[in-house]
Amino acid sequence: MSGGFHLNMSHDLAERIGQHGAEAFPHECCGALLGRDSAFEEGASGADSRREVLELFPLINRRDDSPRNRFAVTAEDVMEAEKAARQHGLDVVGWYHSHPDHPARPSQFDREHAWPWYSYIIVSVMSGKPAEMTSWRLNDDRQDYTPERIEIRNRAAV
Amino acid sequence: MAVKVIIPTPLRVYAAKKDSAEVSAQTVGEALGGLTTQFAELRKHLFTDDGKLRSFVNVYLNDEDIRYMAKEATPVKDGDVVSIVPSIAGGSAASNYEIVQG
Repeated sequence: MSGGFHLNMSHDLAERIGQHGAEAFPHECCGALLGRDSAFEEGASGADSRREVLELFPLINRRDDSPRNRFAVTAEDVMEAEKAARQHGLDVVGWYHSHPDHPARPSQFDREHAWPWYSYIIVSVMSGKPAEMTSWRLNDDRQDYTPERIEIRNRAAV
Repeated sequence: MAVKVIIPTPLRVYAAKKDSAEVSAQTVGEALGGLTTQFAELRKHLFTDDGKLRSFVNVYLNDEDIRYMAKEATPVKDGDVVSIVPSIAGGSAASNYEIVQG
C-alpha cells in the first residue's frame, strides 16, 4: 500500500508562504521551494520518496496583465531559483502560489501548465488573510493531481 | 554532431535520474528527438499530442533561447549544450474573469 506523497517543512517556512500571499493580496504571489528529495540520494529507490522544503525563493509575479488570478515565473527566474538552490546545496523541489479569495485547489489552468514531480503549494488568502494551505503533484498522465500531505514541524531541527 | 542535453530536475525521474544525456544531432529539434528516443516517457511532458513543444518548455542552445534563433531548426555543432528550462504558470481561475468595480 502506498503512503502517498509527503512534504516536510518548518512552521516558519509555512508562515512565510502565507505572509507572502497576504502581502501580495489581492494579487497572486509566487516563489520557489528549495529543498531535498530522497529520490536523488545515493541508492534511493522510488518507493520511499521523502521531500523536505528547507528554504524559499520568493519571486515577482510576472503576470502584470492579470495578477489577481494568474502567476507566471519566467525561464530566467527558474534559472535564478536553481542557482540559489545550488548555492544552498539544494534543488528546486517545487513552487508555491496564492489563490486570493479562492480555495486552495488547483485550477484547470494550473494543471495545463504544471510539470510533473514538482510540489505545487497553494495557499488560499481570504480577504487578505492566509487560510488553507495545500500541496499537489501532477500525475504522470497529466490528467489530474494527487494531493501531497504537508507535514509541519513546530521547531526547526537543530 | 555530439551534443549534450541538460534535463530539468522535474523530468529526471523519466530519464533514469540523469541530469544530462549525450545525443547525436544536426539541429536542436533532432537533439530533443534523440533524447525522447532514449527516454520515451519524457515525450508527453515536452511535446503536445500534435508534436509541438509545450509553451512552458524553454530550450536554450548554449545560452541563447532558440525562439530568437531558428527555433527547433537551429543547427548544432559538436560540443554544444542544449538546455531544457521550465517556466511556471498557474492561477486560481479557469479563465480570465476580471471584474472592474467602479
